[in-house]
Amino acid sequence: MTERPRRKIKLDFWFFVKAFVLVALCLFIIYPFYTILTKSIFSDKVEGMTLYNFQRFFTKKYYYRTLIRSLVICSLTTLFACIIGVFIAYVMTRYNIPGKSILHVFIILSLMSPPFIGAYSWIVLLGRNGLITRAITALGLSAPTIYGRNGIVFVFVLHLFPYVYLYTSGAMNSIDSSLEEAAENLGMNKLRRIWTITLPVVLPSILAGCIMVFMTCLADFGTPMLLGEGYTVLPVLVYNEYMSESATNPYMASCLSVVIVACSMILLAVQKLIVEKKNYTMSTLRPPQETKLHGVRRFAASVPVYLVVFLALLPQIVVVCQSFVERSFSGMVQGINLNNYRAILSRLGQNIFNTYAFSLVAIVFIVIFGILISYVLVRKKGKAASVIDTLIMFPYVIPGSVLGIGLIVAFNRKPIVLVGTAAIMIISYIVRKLPYTVRSGSAFLYQMDPSVEEASINLGVSPMKTFFTMTARMMLPGVMSGAVLSWITCINELSSSIMLYSGKTSTIAVAIYQEVVRMSDGTAAALATILSVTTVISMLIVFRATKGKVKIV
Amino acid sequence: MSNEVIIKNAVKRYGDFTALSDVSLHIREGEFFTLLGPSGCGKTTLLRMIAGFNSIEGGEFYFGSNLINDVPAHKRDIGMVFQNYAIFPHLTVEENVAYGLKARKVPKAEIERRVKEALDLVQILPLKGRKPSELSGGQQQRVALARAFVIEPSVLLMDEPLSNLDAKLRVQMRSIIKKLQRRLGITTIYVTHDQEEALAISDRIAVMNQGKVMQIGTPREIYAKPENPFVAGFIGVSNFLKCDVVSCAGETAKVSIRGELDIDVPVRSAYTGNAQLSARPEQLFFAEKGMPGKVLFSTFLGDFIEYEVELDDGQLLIINEYTKDTTTMHEVGEKVFISFDATRISLYNEAGEVLSK
Repeated sequence: MTERPRRKIKLDFWFFVKAFVLVALCLFIIYPFYTILTKSIFSDKVEGMTLYNFQRFFTKKYYYRTLIRSLVICSLTTLFACIIGVFIAYVMTRYNIPGKSILHVFIILSLMSPPFIGAYSWIVLLGRNGLITRAITALGLSAPTIYGRNGIVFVFVLHLFPYVYLYTSGAMNSIDSSLEEAAENLGMNKLRRIWTITLPVVLPSILAGCIMVFMTCLADFGTPMLLGEGYTVLPVLVYNEYMSESATNPYMASCLSVVIVACSMILLAVQKLIVEKKNYTMSTLRPPQETKLHGVRRFAASVPVYLVVFLALLPQIVVVCQSFVERSFSGMVQGINLNNYRAILSRLGQNIFNTYAFSLVAIVFIVIFGILISYVLVRKKGKAASVIDTLIMFPYVIPGSVLGIGLIVAFNRKPIVLVGTAAIMIISYIVRKLPYTVRSGSAFLYQMDPSVEEASINLGVSPMKTFFTMTARMMLPGVMSGAVLSWITCINELSSSIMLYSGKTSTIAVAIYQEVVRMSDGTAAALATILSVTTVISMLIVFRATKGKVKIV
Repeated sequence: MSNEVIIKNAVKRYGDFTALSDVSLHIREGEFFTLLGPSGCGKTTLLRMIAGFNSIEGGEFYFGSNLINDVPAHKRDIGMVFQNYAIFPHLTVEENVAYGLKARKVPKAEIERRVKEALDLVQILPLKGRKPSELSGGQQQRVALARAFVIEPSVLLMDEPLSNLDAKLRVQMRSIIKKLQRRLGITTIYVTHDQEEALAISDRIAVMNQGKVMQIGTPREIYAKPENPFVAGFIGVSNFLKCDVVSCAGETAKVSIRGELDIDVPVRSAYTGNAQLSARPEQLFFAEKGMPGKVLFSTFLGDFIEYEVELDDGQLLIINEYTKDTTTMHEVGEKVFISFDATRISLYNEAGEVLSK
């Protein structure tokens, strides 16, 4: 009776997993970010600790206007993405739009495509020397410009509205149709039903989608870099401060990084508040029925959807077409052939190899750690698990460029020098893309009843062997869908690669960026096509494997 | 092979909450023993401690003469049937049942023979090639059962195995489990919150409440002689009445009920003062004199009639009258007198300890 509860730490396999993961997270997330924080309160202009950088940021227009611009761009993008996303989600879930399921796949594809390819393609179409621009000016009219604020917002909206669409349609499909029927039965007309029942129930999901759009916008580097021209936003300024050839200022770059991360953290806090406080759990016995439209009305409902999906996919189409067009330095078409591909194979073969090699190595680690970490988070709850849970999601709020800078400032000096190696690229991929896999893995584990494992142990198979032969094996399909998303985002990754690459460790995404800056459209298109095709094939594999039930968000 | 299970002073705490306090049980070899109680009473906690999935904070657990406190779950040689069956979804019926035998490195030919026998015993041999997703709930239940006993465990544990089945199937599976257990003679510990199921299936029952064992006995003993008001109320329907033990002479107590009815109750030990008695609906009857009351409601249920009678102070009693014993029904609103058979009621002192024999 009086025996005290035994509370010694078990030195088992899971103890070592937790310890290893914690050390790795401290080393590759906490330590870099800590280094950025400490750098931000020093300066080469002032002795000792100082708020000089922050003071300059908030008083010099050159600096603070980038924050305002970033917020303006994010707000406008979120607003339009929300309107378009909700509209399409509503129409697609409630009406008989022809080709619905293929449209759904197209929308997901446009989200998964490399973000900066949109910017690049729209330059090809509407840029100074663009196809449409030239056509319009030939008619004697003035073409709209793709550069500057409006262009950035346009490209962002087309790329990111799928987030709102996916969140919203997910929620709309889970409203039991009896809910709206009950409102109808109580005497509400259709518009008021949408306003008083459907919208409030779906609202948390819409907001969650909007915050994803806002955060992605805030962190994105490629699009505003290519389209901004004079319109500099925060992540671009970070890059300029750190990388510009004239005057690099790591202190100021660190200060800017702190500002971005602060913004994202505020957003994430808001999201937690919204999602956790106002999430309705519903038991969907009868999913909502789609209304059959006919003739003109069906046509009228379908046209806007097709138009948006077409515009969202246009960059991919343009890129593929461009990749077969050989041009002279002046931009004249030389012929339709495979010369662009020959050029990149001879000149940029290393980049292609690096992209796949780094991503492949990263994905192996991501899958292994994804399985182990999900298991710790779901089945081995405790203090260590909750610390891991928080830390593992931290890269969600750190823009790639900031993590890149953090890794550089942390690992360009003793005791650990990693800058310029392939290892640092791979580490940044693992850290940044692991959350996708951990999320899908733990979601899967939550659905899996622990008694299945207990049954195996009970029948005489040790817990360790049960984990490897039973649990891990059953988790694999769940983890795989997340891992493919990790894989796709790895091969398309630009914002941290551009900070971390060296001559030998450059990737396709970095090369595309450089080729576009160098106005070498053909090779950029060929490189982008390789990424797009890989993305499409990977997505199709997930669709096949999960029977279309892939969870992107 | 089969074993007795002895539990001495088992304790389980979750933080400040005591899930089990000082539970001791002696389960005999080959016995069908049931842990019965409302949800949260600690029955599943105790079962999982026996299985090795919950840590043991205090007490000693023996299989036969072996202390198993520190034996890991996979070496305890226990068969277990889980509430949701826990069938391995990626293995066929046959592979599920063979799983434990493979872990024991049983020769292949023997595995094949024993799996076949087991599946035959639970009557699903034709389904051996199917995946779990192609089975009904009752069939999955049979797989879980076969998988648990095919390893010839020293103890078989069952955690509410029938709670996911519909009423008809539940009764059917109940008798299959019971017959199987008899035939194999495996010591079995069964957890349920369904008292009817417990009464039907068990050799002995431990009724549990709030982490304590309230009574251990055969189904008959527990129904007829509940040792405390909790057991009386939990098993079947009981009418509770406040009363006074006026005097006690030898083994007979003079009990006055509300000043309206005096009875003599055979008791185990002397006691006078406030007391409580419980009586089953079929132990109460309408009489010429007794406690006055009024019929509130009557329900005709075929073989018996259930009456709800309100006493003068508003207390309600449930009285069952068998159709074969009477030719008339009492009308709603009718004034009646209630009496009962003093030798068959249970009498408790103020502390809730049983006095009646």
